[in-house]
Amino acid sequence: MEAWVNTPDQFILKEDDRADMLVCDKLRKAYPTPKGDYVVLDQLQLKIKQGEFVSIIGHSGCGKSTLLTMIAGLNPVSGGTIMVDGFPIEGAGPDRAVVFQSPSLLPWLSALDNVMIGVKQVFPKASKAEKVEICKYYLDKVGLGNDFHKRATSLSQGMQQRVGIARAFALKPKILLLDEPFGMLDSLTRGELQDVLLEIWQKEKITAVAITHDVDESIFLADRVIMMTSGPYAKIGDELCIPFDRPRNRKEVLEHPEYYDYRGYLMDFLNH
Amino acid sequence: MALLELKNVSKSFGSGSTKVNVLSNINLAVEEGEFVAIVGFSGSGKTTLINLVNGLHFPDQGEVLLHGLPITGPGPDRGVIFQNYSLLPWLSVYNNIKLAVDEVFPKLSKMEKDLHIKKYISMVNLSHAKDKMPSALSGGMRQRVSVARALAMDPEILLMDEPLSALDALTRGTLQEEIVTIWSQNRKTAILITNDVDEGILMADRIIPLTPGPNATLGPEFKVDFERPRIVTEINKNSTYKRLRNDILEFLIEVGSTRRQFSDQKYLLPNLQPTYPGRRAFWKKNVNT
Repeated sequence: MEAWVNTPDQFILKEDDRADMLVCDKLRKAYPTPKGDYVVLDQLQLKIKQGEFVSIIGHSGCGKSTLLTMIAGLNPVSGGTIMVDGFPIEGAGPDRAVVFQSPSLLPWLSALDNVMIGVKQVFPKASKAEKVEICKYYLDKVGLGNDFHKRATSLSQGMQQRVGIARAFALKPKILLLDEPFGMLDSLTRGELQDVLLEIWQKEKITAVAITHDVDESIFLADRVIMMTSGPYAKIGDELCIPFDRPRNRKEVLEHPEYYDYRGYLMDFLNH
Repeated sequence: MALLELKNVSKSFGSGSTKVNVLSNINLAVEEGEFVAIVGFSGSGKTTLINLVNGLHFPDQGEVLLHGLPITGPGPDRGVIFQNYSLLPWLSVYNNIKLAVDEVFPKLSKMEKDLHIKKYISMVNLSHAKDKMPSALSGGMRQRVSVARALAMDPEILLMDEPLSALDALTRGTLQEEIVTIWSQNRKTAILITNDVDEGILMADRIIPLTPGPNATLGPEFKVDFERPRIVTEINKNSTYKRLRNDILEFLIEVGSTRRQFSDQKYLLPNLQPTYPGRRAFWKKNVNT
């Protein structure tokens, strides 16, 4: 991590010697309605360290996706600030890559070309061969090594979502934002993709924020699970640290004596 | 004798070089009043299996027996709940169910039919919406209509083909409870196809995994003997539950790992640093110099 000359005070390194990658301060989002503002999020405080994997769970409609789209810069904030790597965000940018719930690929392009679009933006000076190499590297990592030139439309939904993951990692983002990335997949395919995601993440150690409503997914992926209260005026209700060793193996995580305690804790939060 | 029996059933589609063996060597016996869940990966042939039972497909080898007799086609003794609801969009909730009732109980009087239909509509809590068109209903409500339609035929076996997969987690939970409650009232034989182990554990007496295709076959069965209603947050503390859930999940992880494909070629990542457009890139440059 680079040292900044004008590092503001709050970024001075603390007990966890990793710097804060994402800081949301007094974040507020309100949508105007004829009856006055509908406040989705209010006074939300969130700090995420460099290299940390955080998952956010909450009921549908609690404002999880609103929070994520605001961090991505796709949705303007109504109050408060979002700082990424020490600077306030200005709109969307390739330093924050998003994996959406629906794969959102360009249907007329091949898997490789879909990844290439982003790569061209962030590596403008790389040679053509290098760019292709980057795309192929990540597509191979997500298990699409034999399908570079297949069109997005001829891939199954699970495979399309794999392209989405490759596309996000290929940007070499500072933060990876995942908005219910596996919500549309069946629970078994979901498990496979979680493995794929963690495998690449383990290598790159990118700061990641994943939104999910699947309790098992949130535990398996994250170092820290953040529980959001239901809206309106949603904020962070509770936090749970998941100390399991990495790299994680699904079987070992399941067999961990405390696994079901964590699971129960999160389910209790969601059911009350 | 089991109510429903599948003996050495195999099914393939296509011919010649494009022939795909979907199911092979399926053996299953379902007793009367039992609730069986079949859990499998997408594309493993779960729907083909259900179609063999409801009579839309016939096995290449082996036989599918109901009361010891081979199945010759679809019939009202097997009610199906499809994942995509399959309601007729130009008919109201009431008329969608009436269509099935007219077919199965032609001898009932108008009034008896009316009572019969209304009973099942209220059973799935849709009385307020009985005259609505399917297009005016949410996914969860549409699936309720589909449940009512299947039950109104009073089938011997209820076949559910991923009935809740298209619904969000919250609606899914409510409908799981509702279906189990309705099922408990008259304990008809039920077969649930699902990709969700938790759904199987919450609803069924017995869970049988289907291995990934091609040549999918049934794995070892897992008995689920918890009292109903089963409440997730409560059974989560139960050590038998933890063991059972882990055993099923681990079995599926094991058989699923064979599906992963690896390519022979290795790709190297060029060591490049990304440039981010916008003011920050400019800022960074000034700070460094």
